[in-house]
Amino acid sequence: MSLVYSEEQQLLADTAAEFLMAKSPVTAQRKLRDEAAEGGVSEGFDAALWREMVDMGWSAIPFPEALGGLEFGCKGLGAVFEQIGRNLSASPLLSSIVLGGSVIELAGSETQQAEWMAALIGGERRIALAVDETPRHDPTAVALRAARDGDGYLLTGTKAFVADGVGADAFIVAARTGGQPGEAGGISLFIVAADAAGVQVSPMNTFDSRNHASLALKDVRVAASARLGAEGEGFAALDAALDRGRVCLAAEMLGATQALFDTTVEYLKTRVQFDVPIGSFQALQHRAAWCYAHLQLARSAVMAGLAAMDDPALDAEARARMASLAKWKAGDAAHRISREAVQMHGGMGVTDELDVGLYLKRIRVAQASLGDGDFHVQRYGDLSLVET
Amino acid sequence: MSTLEDFRRETRAWLEANCPPSMRTAMPDGELVWGGRTVEFKHEDQRLWFERMRDKGWFCPDWPAEYGGGGLSPEQNAVLESELRRLHCRPPQINLGIWMLGPVVLEFGTEEQKRELLPPMARGEIRWCQGFSEPNAGSDLASLKTSAVDAGDHFVVNGTKIWTSYGDKSDWMYMLVRTNPDVPKQQGISLLVVDMASPGIEARPIDLISGKSSFCQVFFDNVKVPKRQLIGPLNGGWTLAKALLQHERRAMSKFGEFSLPTHFDLLSIAGKYLPAQDASSPADVALRQRVYAMAMEEMAYSLTAQRMGEEARARRNVSGLMSIMKLVHSEQEKDKFEVLLDVLGHRALGWEGEAFEPQELAIAKAWLGSFAQTIAGGSSEVQLNVVAKRVLELPEGNAGKQGK
Repeated sequence: MSLVYSEEQQLLADTAAEFLMAKSPVTAQRKLRDEAAEGGVSEGFDAALWREMVDMGWSAIPFPEALGGLEFGCKGLGAVFEQIGRNLSASPLLSSIVLGGSVIELAGSETQQAEWMAALIGGERRIALAVDETPRHDPTAVALRAARDGDGYLLTGTKAFVADGVGADAFIVAARTGGQPGEAGGISLFIVAADAAGVQVSPMNTFDSRNHASLALKDVRVAASARLGAEGEGFAALDAALDRGRVCLAAEMLGATQALFDTTVEYLKTRVQFDVPIGSFQALQHRAAWCYAHLQLARSAVMAGLAAMDDPALDAEARARMASLAKWKAGDAAHRISREAVQMHGGMGVTDELDVGLYLKRIRVAQASLGDGDFHVQRYGDLSLVET
Repeated sequence: MSTLEDFRRETRAWLEANCPPSMRTAMPDGELVWGGRTVEFKHEDQRLWFERMRDKGWFCPDWPAEYGGGGLSPEQNAVLESELRRLHCRPPQINLGIWMLGPVVLEFGTEEQKRELLPPMARGEIRWCQGFSEPNAGSDLASLKTSAVDAGDHFVVNGTKIWTSYGDKSDWMYMLVRTNPDVPKQQGISLLVVDMASPGIEARPIDLISGKSSFCQVFFDNVKVPKRQLIGPLNGGWTLAKALLQHERRAMSKFGEFSLPTHFDLLSIAGKYLPAQDASSPADVALRQRVYAMAMEEMAYSLTAQRMGEEARARRNVSGLMSIMKLVHSEQEKDKFEVLLDVLGHRALGWEGEAFEPQELAIAKAWLGSFAQTIAGGSSEVQLNVVAKRVLELPEGNAGKQGK
């Protein structure tokens, strides 16, 4: 399991860096935000940019060739997500491809794969994963009911914090066909069209200006053919797809944190107070040095998480542990460094003029998405602890 | 040895034939072999492994053969190291001389010094200790005061060194001395090598909060040191000291690979002492979370060590990573033992005797020992200065300016 990018992966990272710097710099995200504020509902990303990402093949990276993918692995994706993080670039790559596409790859029938994979990879359609119901992420906490109704199901309940939910063509809805909230068993996955009767989509305007939605489902009828995998056994594929999402989000956070840290160190060298650069003060030097150390630890954890997803020798539990480690440590470093970045920029750090705040906001949302630090510490520990 | 692949094949075969299977296991505490005038072996396999590696010249595989080394190219040396790792071979011996002084003698020593000092070092016949710190020169090493006064064909050394690991068991010391007190402090320092059997030297072990230790204070009372034992230029020792400290960092990381001083598996100990999940109080649950988070920090560190190795092999610049390893590891160890003490409750508070299990006593000792780790070998504050200045290139402040 290698913890550095291969030459090909590095090449992809370089291409992504060049492309995003030209086409989707932070100023573009700021513009998206300001336009949305003036013009009502937004999908939180630039459709033309997404089209270009698709044309470059990014949406095909993680999938097997048989499904139209490039089989370039999660580590390939990670190289891209780091650059996405650096530039705060918004796109449905995580929601529709890494999360949605992976569920269909892992749980879908051939028919379902034929219906969806090419359309997702080609960017013609967009799917969003609807899991969370409670304020804090916990995929076993699903309560939304799917009741048998003739040859189909009736879905009733609510979902929240659905990434890129506004404007999605369909949702993958995790629903309970058995068991109790808190249990992994009894969860089933359904593809639900956004325009199905009884589906109500409402935007949740989060402070990172990305697209999040809440869903209300009332007696939404879906055919049995809309179910992904066996009834009540959806959790394994769901969690495996979530793990891919977690490591990619960790890579995004790593990129965002690296960019923010670089900016902050530069500021320490140029901002003069008491006739000297403030970076000459040991009180700031030591804190900056600790930030650097945590950033390095986070990078190692993220690389291990990405590599674990691609390693066929690991079982699901080993992968889950590494995904939790990556998401936790990337979030931890991002949290420390974003807070220090604001403080070290002083008064300017709390103005909207600087990009520091944009990074802070995106990082805070990413921390809470797909499991916060406490969730992943618990998960890592439960998978590791041997009781005697 | 036509190609590197041939060399790998030959090396692998040789190691498989010559490294006794018992030397391919994790090293238990106290089984390190220290080279020196008298080498102690715990069992026959240790002796065999020591002698075979010695005779192959592989105590110092990349030194020139004329000075007792193995004469390997850097590429061959990397192959050897990876094959040693692959077979989990223990280091045949530990020797500060080889890791730290040797490379400096190779770079700065005279031909005569190389012929005199290096071959016995390469055969593991001399145990070396380091005389750098003094009671009043810790983090501010350059303020050291132990003097070496010119007395014709020799120097007369007076003063004291402290924190000398195994000062009482070593054969020779390499030491920094003041040879000119009248110039800025870095410019009056020289590097000497001294036979610890010389008249006027006394090494006294130091008791620590954790009990007996390998550290000594060494006293020098009119010790005569022949002038040919000056390494590098007179008053040019500071440059050599910096080179030595770089080798120290590399040696520490190598040493770390072989045998970390404390190996307590947090998760399995927690599994043994904490109540089962379903019998846990809220306080147990909170403590459990701290155990998990600590184990994750440790994992992130060991992955970073792995990544540093990979990046170094890919010939990338790892000086940034190298500069955080000691800092992170020593601080983590301190945090880890605090968590372990909480997990064990009063079972971790024993000093000696039958009331406590050996592992419990060892954890208490290691907790006390962990305090030294963020002080010795460059305190955490010094490490942070190094990161701030050399890695982040932050501007020099007023505090800690050198040479005044």
